[in-house]
Amino acid sequence: MSDTALTTARDIRDAVSSGRVSAVEVVQAAFARIDSTNASLNAFLAVAAERALERARTIDREHRKAPLAGVPVAIKDNICTRGIQTTAASRILKNFVPPYDATVISRLESAGAIILGKTNCDEFAMGSSTENSAFGPSRNPWNPEYISGGSSGGSAVAVASGMAPLALGSDTGGSIRQPASLCGVTGLKPTYGRVPRFGLIAFASSLDQIGPLARTAHDAAIALSVLAGADPLDATAAQEPVPDYASALTGEVRGLRLGVPRRMLEQGVDDSVLGCFYHALEVFRARGAELIDIELPHAKYAIATYYIVATAEASSNLARFDGVRYGYRAAGVRDLKEMYEKTRSEGFGPEVKRRIMLGTYVLSAGYYDAYYLKAQRVRTLIRRDYEQAFQKVDAVVMPTSPTPAFKIGERVEDPLQLYLTDIFTVSANLAGLPALSVPCGLTPNRLPIGLQMTGRPFDEPTLLRIGDAYERDTKWWAEMPNVSG
Amino acid sequence: MAERLTRKDVDRIATLARLELSDAEKDLFVRQLTEVLEYADQIQAIDTTNVPPTSHVLSSTPVDRADEPRPCLTNAEALANAPDGSPQTGLFRVPRVIG
Repeated sequence: MSDTALTTARDIRDAVSSGRVSAVEVVQAAFARIDSTNASLNAFLAVAAERALERARTIDREHRKAPLAGVPVAIKDNICTRGIQTTAASRILKNFVPPYDATVISRLESAGAIILGKTNCDEFAMGSSTENSAFGPSRNPWNPEYISGGSSGGSAVAVASGMAPLALGSDTGGSIRQPASLCGVTGLKPTYGRVPRFGLIAFASSLDQIGPLARTAHDAAIALSVLAGADPLDATAAQEPVPDYASALTGEVRGLRLGVPRRMLEQGVDDSVLGCFYHALEVFRARGAELIDIELPHAKYAIATYYIVATAEASSNLARFDGVRYGYRAAGVRDLKEMYEKTRSEGFGPEVKRRIMLGTYVLSAGYYDAYYLKAQRVRTLIRRDYEQAFQKVDAVVMPTSPTPAFKIGERVEDPLQLYLTDIFTVSANLAGLPALSVPCGLTPNRLPIGLQMTGRPFDEPTLLRIGDAYERDTKWWAEMPNVSG
Repeated sequence: MAERLTRKDVDRIATLARLELSDAEKDLFVRQLTEVLEYADQIQAIDTTNVPPTSHVLSSTPVDRADEPRPCLTNAEALANAPDGSPQTGLFRVPRVIG
C-alpha cells in the first residue's frame, strides 16, 4: 500500500469505502509491518494471515460501506477467536483453539473489521508490564528496553508501532489505560457492562471490561459504537441503548466542569507526569472548561480493596483450569487430585499462583469477613465518592500512571511495589465507571505520558468528546516512535 | 490485624487452591503475601458501619434470555481441546479418582 498516511481507523475505513484503497492492500501492508517489527517488539503471539486475507477479499467484494470496512484489528490473547489459538499468555492454555468467537469478535467482523492476530499480555491479564507473559515481555516501541505496560501491552505496542490501527484489550484494574498511556496511544475502558464479556477469559468478573486501544479518541468512538450493546450471551451486558459515539465529538469542552483530585497527586507521582498533567489542565482551561478541585477521600484505599476483590474473584474463576476439558495436563500422575495439582502448578506462572493464593486466603474460613466482605464495603465508599464528585463535575481528570514506563526487569522482585502503580486506574473498575486515557506528552528521554478522564456511568460520549477535543488541540497522539525494522 | 502468615498457612491455602508449591515458592509466598496483606490491612481502620457491600456495579437487573433450544457446540467440538478426550465415547477421560 503506497498511502502510508493511513494510520487511523477512520482514514482506512474512508479510503476502503471510497475505493481509493482495497481492504486486501490494507491487510497486506499490516502484515508487512508485523513481519518487519514484531520480532523485536513481541506484540503478537499469533497471526491469522489467511483468515484475514480471505475476510479482506469479502469486504472488497461485499462490505465496502461497513463502519469499520477494511480496518485491521489486533486482539488481546484473552479474547476467544474461533480457530485462532487463544492462550491468555499462559502455559496452561498453550495450543488452546476456541470453538467459538467472543461476541466482540463477531461484532467487529460484522462491521467489516479484519482480525490480524492475537496480542501478548500478562498471563490471564494479571500484571502491569506484560512481564508475566509465559511467552516473554512485549517491548515498548519508544525504547525496547522499557516495559510496554500491561496487561494489554501487546495491543498497545501493536497500535503504537503501526502494526495495527486498532486493538482490543481488557481492563480489570487499568489494563487498557495504563499500557495505552505508556505506549502513547488512546485507550478506553467502557462502563462495566457496556461491552459484552462473552468469550473473554474471566479474571475478575465484577471488574473485567473489554475496550478499544486506538490512535485517536475518534477511532475509539467508532469502535465502541460497534462493540457496545446488549448480548443474549452475557446477562451482565447493559441494556442501555448505544449512541453513535462519533457524533458526540464536537471539538468543544467549553462549559464542561472537570474535577481535579489534587490530594491524590501530592506524593508518588513523577515530576514529568505532573508537568504534562498540569499543562493539559491549562489546555482545558484555555478552551473554556471549568477546573474544580474535588476530594475522593477513599481513593487511597483503592489498591488494597482492589487486590482483595480481584484476587478473590480470580481464585474462583481460575478453578476451571484443571487439565480436564482444555489446555495443559501434567504427565505421569497417579490420581485425579495429583493431576489437578501438578497441572496447575506446572501450567500457571508465579504471579497467577500468587493471586490465586491471595484470593483463596481472603475467601477462606475465618478471613472472609475481615478481608473480602470488608473490601466490598469499602468498594461501596469508593463508588459513593465518585457519585458525590459527579454532582459537581462532568468528569474527573488525573494522570493515567504515576510514572512513565520503567525498564524491563526492574520491578519483578517486588509485587507490592508494582501493584501500587495502579493507584489512578483501579477506582474506575471498582466503581464500574468509564475511563479514557489519551497521550499528553513525552518525557525528556521520549517516553509517553497519558492523561485520564473518568466519567459517569454510560457517559462515554462526554469522555470521548473531551479526549477528542484535547487531541485536536495538542497532537500528542500523532507522535510516533521511531521503530527500526 | 493479620498475624504474620506462616508456612503452615501457605500449605493450607495451597491445598485449598489445588496448587503444589516447591519449598522455594512457599518461602517466597510467605514473605510476599505477608507484605500484601499487611498493606491491605489499612482498610480495617475504615468505619464501614451500616455500609452495604458492593458485589457488582450493574445499573440494572441482569436480563435472562428466553429459555429456548438453540445451536450449541457439537460433541466433537467440545472434545477437540481436551488433553485426553475420547471421541468414541464422547467423554473426557481423567486419571482414577479414588487412590
